[in-house]
Amino acid sequence: MLRAADVQFSYDTLAQPVLRRVSVTVPAGGFVGLLGPNGSGKTTLLRCLAGTLRPTAGRVTLDDVDLGTLSRPAIARRMAVVPQETRLAFDFSVLEVAVMGRYPHLGAFEIEGPADLALAREALAATGTAHLEQRAFTTLSGGEKQRVIIAAALAQIGGTRAAAGTILLLDEPTAALDLAYQLEIASLLRDLQRRVPISIVVSTHDLNFAAGLCRTLVLLRDGEVLADGATDDVLTPGRIKALYGVEADVQRHADAGHLVVVPLRRAKGGPAA
Amino acid sequence: MTIRRRFAMAMAVYGTLAAAAIVLAPLVGSTTIDLGRVFDFSTPFSENVDAQIFFVARLPRTLAGALVGAALASAGVVFQGLLRNPLATPFTLGVSAGAALGAMLAITFDWTLGIAGLSAVPAAAFLGATGAVSIVFALARARHRGLSTDVLLLAGVTLNAFFSALILMVQYFADFADSYRTLRWLMGDLDVSSYQPLLSALPLLVVAFAAFAWLARPLNLLSMGADSAETRGLEVASAQRRAFFSASLATGAAVSVGGPIGFIGIIVPHLVRLMVGSDHRVVLPASALFGAAFLVGCDVLARTLLAPVELPVGVITALIGGPFFLWLLVRKQ
Repeated sequence: MLRAADVQFSYDTLAQPVLRRVSVTVPAGGFVGLLGPNGSGKTTLLRCLAGTLRPTAGRVTLDDVDLGTLSRPAIARRMAVVPQETRLAFDFSVLEVAVMGRYPHLGAFEIEGPADLALAREALAATGTAHLEQRAFTTLSGGEKQRVIIAAALAQIGGTRAAAGTILLLDEPTAALDLAYQLEIASLLRDLQRRVPISIVVSTHDLNFAAGLCRTLVLLRDGEVLADGATDDVLTPGRIKALYGVEADVQRHADAGHLVVVPLRRAKGGPAA
Repeated sequence: MTIRRRFAMAMAVYGTLAAAAIVLAPLVGSTTIDLGRVFDFSTPFSENVDAQIFFVARLPRTLAGALVGAALASAGVVFQGLLRNPLATPFTLGVSAGAALGAMLAITFDWTLGIAGLSAVPAAAFLGATGAVSIVFALARARHRGLSTDVLLLAGVTLNAFFSALILMVQYFADFADSYRTLRWLMGDLDVSSYQPLLSALPLLVVAFAAFAWLARPLNLLSMGADSAETRGLEVASAQRRAFFSASLATGAAVSVGGPIGFIGIIVPHLVRLMVGSDHRVVLPASALFGAAFLVGCDVLARTLLAPVELPVGVITALIGGPFFLWLLVRKQ
């Protein structure tokens, strides 16, 4: 279980904190969405959860162990992060990128073995990118790249045999993708969690993406938690107005089988204070 | 092909190339020598002219070329990985300008080392490089937690220009002979005629190469970006520090031996990547070996092209490297 307790964070000691007393719990096998407008602290919270940022107050714990006391490789073996976009400085092949997920499991001069290669290949297969194995990563489309990076992240936490309690963190994974790829990533994540007992945390701007995927939501506004709980309870027109200053209709879509948000107009007077 | 196979093949191919270059280069020159007579130990060394030319005149120079070439090529790989920029060179961050300033001061003011009046030029060059590296590092650290690669680049480029201006200013007042020697030094030259400079540089290079061996895998991760590398278990800040200091050490040591010999640090890594891919665990050692072979080869050209006149090897590498660099810039991806 990954838990943030009263986390506070500021990039600059003089500036306003970006996160104020934020508490979030990611249960084993949970699927948590982080929603909030630009600048609400989603990415910062995700980085605190991933351990790449240390909270200025409060703490982040992984199974009740403070992240700050764990080594980088120890954290990496349990938790993988998928960034919004990945730009490689050199031409690595898709398989090489996936195998890099195995590095935290190897000693300083150890070379990846057949077991690591098998895990990486399984992860590629699980994300539908096995046929791209020998392609240069930089020549892939945005959607293919994102799926390969998800495969690398999956390989990092144990591939399709990942242990329960391992965690995948995704930072706006569909922000740079078109509609078809967004759907593809959504169904990939849904599938993945059905097959492998991992927990998933995803930050996103796309309300319908979150509504279709996440079991629980955390709404962030100005670095504070506005609401959290089960998706169906949290996603209401009132909260969307409070979050984005937008009047919206929220309905259960018969075919999609989940809530659907239709933004109607900007609310008068901007976001409710 | 697995990484083990690719590593073994690259070592075999580039190792053979480097060994061949080192063995053959001392045999080539204005005086033809015979390898059989060189190793004919029945003749005393003082009477064996072939052995003298081989061991005293040509071998130190060849070994210097191999060491400098290996150091500059692998330092280029590390700087490119650290800055995540395939067009970076060992001299991008101001190391060479600092070294040049040191060398120029030693030449102009006739500094000598305490013992036996040895020239202080290599030592001064190395000190200058160290100074430049410290300034760039302090600047890159001042603005951010960790190491800002953007500040590294800008500080390096600015320092290069600033030190060049200082050199020109001192040159304006220097006498003609000193100016000429400074100019020769700046061209990059392997005019080494003893083992002493090699022995001074060797310990520094051994430390740098050991660090490079550890850095190969971290550099793979860093090419995905610092954040991604960190979430894959790399202590990014410490890896960046090690990369910066070890590559600067190798560059400083190489420049103190041969002056700022340009373009090795960019041509060699690119040619190697075209052949072996991008995995730094293969690219780094392969570049070191190919860099050694490449610079030894260029030096043979420098010695023989206009023989008996010897060109500075830096001119040869620049004549090959300039057009190559431009080709890299416009090459279709």
